[in-house]
Amino acid sequence: MAVDNVSMQIDRGEVLGVVGESGAGKSMTGAAIIGLLEAPGRIAEGEILFEGQRIDTLSDDELRVIRGRQIGAIFQDPLTSLNPLHTVGRQIIDTIVTHLKLSQRQARARALELLQEVGIPAAKERIDHYPHQFSGGMRQRVVIALALCADPKLIIADEPTTALDVSIQAQIIALLRKLCDEHGTAIMLITHDMGVIAETADRVAVMYAGRVGEIGPVADIIHKPKLPYTVGLMGSIPSITTEVDELAQIDGAMPRLNAVPPGCRFHPRCAHAFERCHIDLPELIKAGSSEVACWLYDEKKPGKGPSVSRKETARKKKASAKAAEALPLVKVDGLKQYFDVSPPWLTRVLERSGRQIVKAVDDLEFTINRGETFGLVGESGCGKSTVARAIVGLYTPTAGTITYMPGENGGATAKERVAEFDDKIQMIFQDPHASLNPRWKVADVISESIPEDRVSADRVAELLRQVGLADADGEKYPHEFSGGQRQRISIARALGGEPEFLICDEPTSALDVSVQAQILNLMVDLQRRLGLTYLFISHDLAVVHHISTRVGVMYLGRLVEWAETERLFANPQHPYTRLLLQSVPDLSKIGMRRAPMAGEVPNPLDPPSGCAFHPRCPFVQDRCLSERPMSIEVDGTHVACHAVEEGRV
Amino acid sequence: MSEVQIPDTSPARPGLLRQIWQSDLAHSFRQSKVTVVAGIISFGFVFIALFAPWIAPSNPYDMTGISVLNAFLPPVWMEGGDSRFLLGTDSVGRDILSTIMYGSRISLGVGVAAVFFAATLGISLGLISGYIGGRTDAAIMRVAEIQLSFPDILIALLIDGIIRSILGPGTHGNIAFIVVISAISLAYWVQFARTVRSTTMVEKGKEYVQAARVAGKSPGYIMFKHLLPNVMGPVLVIATINLALAIVTEATLSFLGVGLPPTQPSLGTLIRVGNDFLFSGEWWITIFPGITLAIMGLSVNLLGDWLRDALNPKLR
Repeated sequence: MAVDNVSMQIDRGEVLGVVGESGAGKSMTGAAIIGLLEAPGRIAEGEILFEGQRIDTLSDDELRVIRGRQIGAIFQDPLTSLNPLHTVGRQIIDTIVTHLKLSQRQARARALELLQEVGIPAAKERIDHYPHQFSGGMRQRVVIALALCADPKLIIADEPTTALDVSIQAQIIALLRKLCDEHGTAIMLITHDMGVIAETADRVAVMYAGRVGEIGPVADIIHKPKLPYTVGLMGSIPSITTEVDELAQIDGAMPRLNAVPPGCRFHPRCAHAFERCHIDLPELIKAGSSEVACWLYDEKKPGKGPSVSRKETARKKKASAKAAEALPLVKVDGLKQYFDVSPPWLTRVLERSGRQIVKAVDDLEFTINRGETFGLVGESGCGKSTVARAIVGLYTPTAGTITYMPGENGGATAKERVAEFDDKIQMIFQDPHASLNPRWKVADVISESIPEDRVSADRVAELLRQVGLADADGEKYPHEFSGGQRQRISIARALGGEPEFLICDEPTSALDVSVQAQILNLMVDLQRRLGLTYLFISHDLAVVHHISTRVGVMYLGRLVEWAETERLFANPQHPYTRLLLQSVPDLSKIGMRRAPMAGEVPNPLDPPSGCAFHPRCPFVQDRCLSERPMSIEVDGTHVACHAVEEGRV
Repeated sequence: MSEVQIPDTSPARPGLLRQIWQSDLAHSFRQSKVTVVAGIISFGFVFIALFAPWIAPSNPYDMTGISVLNAFLPPVWMEGGDSRFLLGTDSVGRDILSTIMYGSRISLGVGVAAVFFAATLGISLGLISGYIGGRTDAAIMRVAEIQLSFPDILIALLIDGIIRSILGPGTHGNIAFIVVISAISLAYWVQFARTVRSTTMVEKGKEYVQAARVAGKSPGYIMFKHLLPNVMGPVLVIATINLALAIVTEATLSFLGVGLPPTQPSLGTLIRVGNDFLFSGEWWITIFPGITLAIMGLSVNLLGDWLRDALNPKLR
């Protein structure tokens, strides 16, 4: 049973957010409404009413009339939800003609209107383009236009922004919100991202292990959550506005849907559980403006609900206090990393084309101090992972030097990096499913990084305990663990050689928020105990804000701004940093309406001249088009921008 | 592979055997009747090959045991058949059934050895090619592509001819095995190399390989400790299908007279020798080895097909 006894209601013109961690049954609920459940899935019980009409019992043919005409759908991946063999115009026109009695000519006019409405520039020409000629964000707009074809009354949007970068995500969110307001369309927004929900939804349903745990107005859910799970979930989400020393942590992981515990499904992880929770399954109970499925709110036992413990403490334990005695550990100087993506020699000769070089990292300069966490943020393709790989030695830099421990015995540059530093610099990878060899036992995986003369069962057990796993886990294979536990194994492996410097490339972006909080807390804890230095790479500003002492912002292979975390988030200088901070969906932005900055990241094969950001920059002047800005220091912030330099911002 | 295909019900090691019996692979094996039959027949051939000297009615190559008086006896169910010779006898009075059993032993042996060497060569070159890339990759793959543009049997004939001319005609009898095995394995390594190369290129991009590189491990270590276990799935499939091909190729070479000599006859040699008598009425001398070869090739091939489907997640 994937989804059990889920009841929710969406009103006209309302955005209902459905949140939950992966495997909670969010998408299944959405699929059930549009009748897209795949065998062996079926609706075993319950009913779905659409405008008072029961639709779950309709035949396929009857349902098809409603689907598309009355209910539209937007899926996560804009790459696969469009047919690559037809022009976008063709696809939209076909859908229109299927549902509305319009001629081809009228349908085309309507398609054009729709494309303009969803914000596709030069829609007249773009209508005859194929999906691959659009960028990800533009493709998602086309998908939205497709869903809007017949002016449906309800749109099911399943993770519509998850595959997109923050600045694009903000554009799509604003678009959905606008459609909802202007057309009175109801939207069921399914996502795992609370920030997106906070900004878009009117009401929120929190799902856990196939059931609705809590449902209520967005502000209540975020600020006054009642269900212990929601409380934990909200506490585990890092925010760009509040500072906490440690994220709230829900131990364990959500049960698999084929092995749900008896009673309340959350009770094994719940700090407030009492006997009744072990036996009886709670139904939704009215509590204030929300409904909660929790026995704590049952009349017979009016318990006092848990409260959000967002400790807004000063970061005294954070390494920033040590700034005075900052010792550089890694110094990156003029780093360039180019990749030759030219076609083969014969093709180049025949087509008379030159070599094509991607400047993944172009002239980068920064230092990381001992004991700090340097956060590196940027949108996908900006070159942040390349920096990580160059520092750890997986790539040989095209130009520039990476110096480890400058000043101490002269340091060592990347090219002459020798075995003695191999143990000192380690890396944690993004995908916990690909970073462990599936055919190796965990103990063997961890032993790999331990220097050969020190490998022992005791050392492996010690490492396992350090990351919160049991000694016996060493004898298991990676597939027996959940994503969060695998990431712990990955961290244990990185710690094997007793490193001083850990490079973390998106270590939490493949994890659910509650698990992300566990890993982030573990990393902070390890840093304190072992005196580690981190280079933390992420596209998630909130996570970087939470964990970093200093932050660098990358755009198209260059570092546009870097400063101490508080300074950068409170007082951003570079226009791109401002754009990012403004775009990022955050818990604090409930119901915020805004006009997000337009434009997308240019093709790195053909970057704009001068300042790479100038096509999207509101402060652009002639100088930005021709001259590449050099980094200057303003109030302790390093920023590379002509406008800031000239005081125009 | 046979321990996966043939579930042994003896309670010697119930834990492991039960695990094998209940695995996905064993389940899909049991689901397909054709595969079960092919598995049983293949196992039968392996059994015959291993124990031919003990289970064959007579030793056809023991000159003292055969008599020309028994030559050209038809199979037992025909007029003039002799109950000692179930499938009849050949031109010098050898029992056809026994020659087939000994012939299967040789055919299967040559096939397994050829596939083993082809796989070893192909996997090594594929790993190197896929992991190191660049010019090394280009060099290995160009050789492979050139070889692919010739029919396998032609390559085997060519290699056979070259080895023979180098070694001279006199030594031939003793080293015929080695010649045939190397000719076949050199003709079949390409498929292994190409498959292993493409799988390696996928696997080497995964983060566990990068983690090993960050830990300072050598390319050789990464190739054999990390990549090899992860590329073995498709190799197993090709090995099974190529085993059938190798058996048939060996039979073809022997049939053409460049394979194994009549003193150590494989099924192919038996078919060639018997071929001379086909039109003089003694059809059984060539037909029975021919049927045996067909059944052997077919059952191994069916096993290979099943394995390919069973290991391919897309077809599950």
